[in-house]
Amino acid sequence: MAKVKPRVKVPRKAEVGEVITIKTLISHPMESGQRKDKKTGELIPRQIINRFVASFEGETVFEAAVEPAVSANPYFSFDMTVPGPGTLAFEWHDDDGSVYAQEKKIKIG
Amino acid sequence: MTPIKTAIALFAGTGLVAGLAVAGPGPDEDQLVIEGETLITEVAAPEDHPLDTIYSGWRFRSDETQALEIDDFENPAMVAVEYGLDLWDTAAGSSEKSCADCHGDVDSLAGLRANMPKWNEAAGQPWSLEHWINWSITEHQGAEPWKWESEEMLAMTALIGLQSRGMPMTVETEGPMADWIARGKELYYTRVGQLDMACNQCHEDNWGQMIRADHLSQGMINGFPTYRFKWSGLGSLHRRFSGCMKNIRAKPYKRGSDEFVALEAYLAARGAGLSIETPAVRN
Amino acid sequence: MTMTRRDFTRLGLGAAAVAATGLGLAPRPAEAAGTVEEAIAAFTGGAETTEGGIDLGAPEIAENGNTVPIEVAAEGAAAIMLLASGNPSPGVATFRFGKLAAASAASTRIRLAQTQDIVAVAEMKDGSFRKVSRTVKVTIGGCGG
Repeated sequence: MAKVKPRVKVPRKAEVGEVITIKTLISHPMESGQRKDKKTGELIPRQIINRFVASFEGETVFEAAVEPAVSANPYFSFDMTVPGPGTLAFEWHDDDGSVYAQEKKIKIG
Repeated sequence: MTPIKTAIALFAGTGLVAGLAVAGPGPDEDQLVIEGETLITEVAAPEDHPLDTIYSGWRFRSDETQALEIDDFENPAMVAVEYGLDLWDTAAGSSEKSCADCHGDVDSLAGLRANMPKWNEAAGQPWSLEHWINWSITEHQGAEPWKWESEEMLAMTALIGLQSRGMPMTVETEGPMADWIARGKELYYTRVGQLDMACNQCHEDNWGQMIRADHLSQGMINGFPTYRFKWSGLGSLHRRFSGCMKNIRAKPYKRGSDEFVALEAYLAARGAGLSIETPAVRN
Repeated sequence: MTMTRRDFTRLGLGAAAVAATGLGLAPRPAEAAGTVEEAIAAFTGGAETTEGGIDLGAPEIAENGNTVPIEVAAEGAAAIMLLASGNPSPGVATFRFGKLAAASAASTRIRLAQTQDIVAVAEMKDGSFRKVSRTVKVTIGGCGG
């Protein structure tokens, strides 16, 4: 299993009411559960990021329910209106129960 | 048989490979600007070159594929680069030293990728970047070498390669390198495999044309290791060579073999002047 | 040059999925549904859908089905479900937008097993539903193994 590393791109500073674009990507093979092991011929068990959530100070901004049809190294981008200073929290939920998380602070000014 | 193999077989079988006379769109006119830096994707070929102008493979890709390389966040290979940076800073082996302990910042290796493969006097042959990395890991760090196509090696070659991004490929062509380049050239033009094909038939005689649904590039190596959609990940140049050889149903040489190093040397010379794009994004 | 036969079984899309749980915005998953129609019915609860009112951006021709960039936007939508009609299982993703989302819009990258129509269904804040679809041609993923 590849090293799972999340990446997010968020401006460090914004004005109140400003619309910012948030980009996220996590390194993950998104094993679909349909692929066969070339050597054994057996199905490789499904293991995907099945859910992604971005929230600002506890309030969900954007959420995705994810299927195996999302590409390896899943990428999501969306826009947010900055209500004030605070912390954006990102969560990627893996089929195996792991939750990968990252946070970014946004300053005003 | 995969469809692309079917297509090649069909063309080969009817003797049409050399004259795949379908009007091809050629390279596009787009400019590659990554994070504000303009890269050279088109340059006059060096002297004694079979082509007049050489183009980066980026110029043969669709707008959507191109877009993933022009922004370092969009580029899915950059997670590997970040992993490479973790490895760079992590102590390992009997020396209990990290790469950074000896080399400092990784940008101290700027330019290295642009000169690969590079002559190694002690070994009496040129080495690919992977060879140099494993030598440093075993000799200096006292750690186990990485496998050629391992996640660690790809992360490290991507990280080190990125330090040379924008620099022109300038492999040494004089001295003992000349023999290796000549050997690589011979491999380039030698037909192999059940389809009896050589590199030049696609990448010199028919670049810019469509081979079925694939837009043939000149087969330049300035973007490796490259993130390929087909691989859903990074892969080494020698993996790409293997893929080409399998397509023409030849038995591939091993990664890191003298044959592939020679071919790499020839292709580095053949693409001299193109900017390093590591880690590039392709289909 | 037209493509007629594709063999993308290795891509491996679909299969059963895990029900989304958790936050108040938990999407209604499409994965339980076997067909596009069933997935839409599960999402809309059987309500009528109106054609249009969604911008669905996708390449006309994708160079490789493993990574196809998709943009979707529907002004006034609370949620948007994406489906791929030609995949072994049609579910792709369902996006939900909170109050702080500046637009009901998102981008992602998806797997398409073959040339097919992708479908976006939007649940509007007024409870109505909209739908658009768009064809994406998928070419065999280049030479080389």
